[in-house]
Amino acid sequence: MSDASTASAPLLTTPLNALHLELGARMVPFAGYAMPVQYPAGLMAEHRHCREAAALFDVSHMGQVRLVGADAAAALETLVPVDVVSLPVGKQRYGLFTNEQGGLLDDLMITRPAPEASTRFGDLFLVVNAGCKDADIAHLQANIGARCRVEPLPERALLALQGPQAAAVLARFAPGVAQLTFMTGGVFTLNGAECFITRSGYTGEDGYEISVHETQAEALARALLAEAEVKPAGLGARDTLRLEAGLCLYGHDINTATTPVEAALTWAIQKVRRPGGERAGGYPGAEVLGAQLTEGAARKRVGLMGVERAPVREGTRLVSAEGVELGIVTSGTLGPSVGKPIAMAYLPVALAAVGTEVFAEVRGKRLPMHVAAMPFQPTRYYRG
Amino acid sequence: MSIKFTPEHEWINAADAAAAVVGITVHAQDALGDVVFVDLPEVGKTYAKGDVAGVVESVKAAADIYMPVTGEVVEVNEALRDDPSLANTDPLEAGWFFKVKLSNAAELDGLLDSTAYDDFLKGL
Repeated sequence: MSDASTASAPLLTTPLNALHLELGARMVPFAGYAMPVQYPAGLMAEHRHCREAAALFDVSHMGQVRLVGADAAAALETLVPVDVVSLPVGKQRYGLFTNEQGGLLDDLMITRPAPEASTRFGDLFLVVNAGCKDADIAHLQANIGARCRVEPLPERALLALQGPQAAAVLARFAPGVAQLTFMTGGVFTLNGAECFITRSGYTGEDGYEISVHETQAEALARALLAEAEVKPAGLGARDTLRLEAGLCLYGHDINTATTPVEAALTWAIQKVRRPGGERAGGYPGAEVLGAQLTEGAARKRVGLMGVERAPVREGTRLVSAEGVELGIVTSGTLGPSVGKPIAMAYLPVALAAVGTEVFAEVRGKRLPMHVAAMPFQPTRYYRG
Repeated sequence: MSIKFTPEHEWINAADAAAAVVGITVHAQDALGDVVFVDLPEVGKTYAKGDVAGVVESVKAAADIYMPVTGEVVEVNEALRDDPSLANTDPLEAGWFFKVKLSNAAELDGLLDSTAYDDFLKGL
């Protein structure tokens, strides 16, 4: 069998590092951090446990940033094609940092904490990707640092409790979290720790993301894991869960060379920021995206489902029946819940309709796949 | 039992030189994680030692299976095709990959015995 080896560089660790090792996690380098890819139960069991009960993920490698100041929302709108100004208190929204070409610098989550919490969690509370956080923070400071305070929160850990039993578990610690609906958040005390909690996650299941101070993170994680329904899950399961949910992974499905329109993320651009809207444009790449929003783009991110069992992985060439190259797979695996090979790729818009057949070139064979609606696995967000 | 191992983490049991059994080691399946797909060699085809004779895929990764010795594939494990997780749960028995008719039994002498393979693993 061929071996995959990884270079060993000095890695950062999260506040839960000792706990991961104690739990028998297999640690791998990810975005400069030593992160648990899986625990002894294994990826499939962890994935299924998240779909059936409650899984606890350490996502402390991600960047947490607070923006402080009355002008923070208007300032942030100069960097994202998203309606931030009218984001109500306690609501969360998916956002995108764009570049001058309309490409994506990163995707992020934006939440507006209540005014009484703004000194700790900002007038806006942002979560950005681990691999992009340094660049994102520099981007924020350089472009809107004069209009609001951009304050990274490296002292805060981030836990994700995900799955159909997450709400029942977390309500034992703070009954108020049961009242949160999908994409809302607020401040709650868990296990004696003040936490900023949103009802979100990236698994397609109901669940919460919990921001907690690094000094209280391990005790909280242990308390959650002590609940009968909760088991730890690693980044391997997180990746298969998000792919089944049809969610993009930055650096794979979206990057600086893909626009939100190509990536089928136009739902994240509210009407008020689109051409003709009250606050249209005014963000990097607005001209390119404005044209694409009006006229469409030449290619589109689609979901693909395989007919046979072989996984179709990132980087695989997609061709027509005649062998003409159509695109490249950006993410792909065997969906543990779906039980079939699933993937994402960019295809010409003429071939992006559900049911269109394409062929994946795997080890010299052409494996049939068809464009499939996403999510591949029904999502179960709690909308109240 | 005359089980030998390769540095690429295959095992071969050549008790029957006309049908030596080949699979992947406990270490190999552990490194791969949950196996979800296997691509097995062609029955009746002769492979040289070191040839890629198949592929084993987990959710996260794919790995080639190398032919530990030169020979003709005489049988493949159809049960493994139907249930690839056998490679994880029983890699040394029910999770075997294929059987091969040895062309040159002397090639076995160049492989690792279980003690040498264990020492090799400790050095990884």
